[in-house]
Amino acid sequence: MSRPEDTLQADVHYDDVEARKYTTSSRIQNIQASMTRRALELLDLNTPSLILDVGCGSGLSGEILSDITPEEGGPHVWIGMDISPSMLDVALQRDVEGDLFLADIGQGVPFRAGTFDAAISISAIQWLCNAESSETSPQQRLARFFGGLYQSLKRGGRAVCQFYPKNDVQKQMITSAAVKAGFGAGLLEDDPETKNVKVYLVLTAGQSAVANTKSGDITGVVENMEGVDVVDNRRQAKSGKGEIKKGSKQWIIKKKEQMERKGKVVKATSKYTGRKRRIAF
Amino acid sequence: MKVLTLNFLTCAVKSCKSSSDSFPLHPKDAELASDDVEVNPQLLINLLPRLDWKALKTTSTELGFPQLPDSPPTIEDLQSDEKLLKDLHSLLMETNLMEGKLVCGVCGHEYAVREGIPNFLLPSHLV
Ligand SMILES: C[S@@+](CC[C@H](N)C(=O)[O-])C[C@H]1O[C@@H](n2cnc3c(N)ncnc32)[C@H](O)[C@@H]1O
Ligand SMILES: [Zn+2]
Repeated sequence: MSRPEDTLQADVHYDDVEARKYTTSSRIQNIQASMTRRALELLDLNTPSLILDVGCGSGLSGEILSDITPEEGGPHVWIGMDISPSMLDVALQRDVEGDLFLADIGQGVPFRAGTFDAAISISAIQWLCNAESSETSPQQRLARFFGGLYQSLKRGGRAVCQFYPKNDVQKQMITSAAVKAGFGAGLLEDDPETKNVKVYLVLTAGQSAVANTKSGDITGVVENMEGVDVVDNRRQAKSGKGEIKKGSKQWIIKKKEQMERKGKVVKATSKYTGRKRRIAF
Repeated sequence: MKVLTLNFLTCAVKSCKSSSDSFPLHPKDAELASDDVEVNPQLLINLLPRLDWKALKTTSTELGFPQLPDSPPTIEDLQSDEKLLKDLHSLLMETNLMEGKLVCGVCGHEYAVREGIPNFLLPSHLV
């Protein structure tokens, strides 16, 4: 599969022609709808909520949020941000219910603290791994995005970002940027090791992060979800990379994970074994 | 863009982040439109504690609406007074800013609004 993310800027790739093609494809409509439903399931909202849709495009993800029935805890109200005028134009023509912003999420999230109950992002944040200009780096843009997202969510609020990482390096770059911003983070993969694999970054903002650091579970909520791996590289980040002592538990874990990545079978290490393990820190 | 959204939106310029006067943004040359939206009482009750009532008063006055009371209604008020619920719903959910500008009270940056969509793309030196 070709990845326009690797060569083009998002607003250049999603021009009028591409935006129309994207939005009218019934294959894409179905995939985006089912991923949005999966994200909603992970958000687990039970009352009508205010939701941020990051990289909302032409509204294929957002309109699912508007369509949730009162019986299912909806309908939700959403605000969408997107960098492509053409995608937003299609959203306007389709008369979506959410409010739309022409904005670059790599520049931050311009809402006051605690605005949103939750956030979703469907097929967008991998674009942040490419700097939009020579003046910024992907790391800076990811930091602004996750920092802003963290602020704009109410404490205890969740965000679920489905994205298409190019490789493990990108997966880790994105996850560690989220953790650095203060989020409790977990990665979930549907249909792993197939070409239809879908990666969801599940984030929680605040509260439980402080309460549970001792057990290594900084997410509290994410821990109990099926198929979610808890990622906690905050302590590791503090002690610095080169400091893991040979033979220590951390070192053994790291080695095991390295072997795992190479496809070797290794002995179970933690209380998270038995869960699908997809990412190694 | 709904008036509701204006109650949460701040200036995106980096140096404005720490200043409380960068919120709310001030509408200029505003053209409004009214939308028909089904009342969602649960949503309003969920949002009520999060509204910045003082800012909502300012915005509503700047848009030329009659003065709002000084203090916000309580959840009980919303549950028992249908007219109040409808009025709040119509201001927050049905009133849309379609054209004009949003101006920051600190840096003076003007965010253009066209067809209801504010342009928040910043030149890189302001990020
Ligand atoms: C594959 S589309 C997904 C759109 C929508 N979420 C959906 O499910 O149909 C990816 C979107 O991300 C947007 N995007 C990419 N980089 C962005 C950025 N830096 N800021 C805002 N939006 C961005 C693109 O313009 C595009 O509309
Ligand atoms: Zn400003």
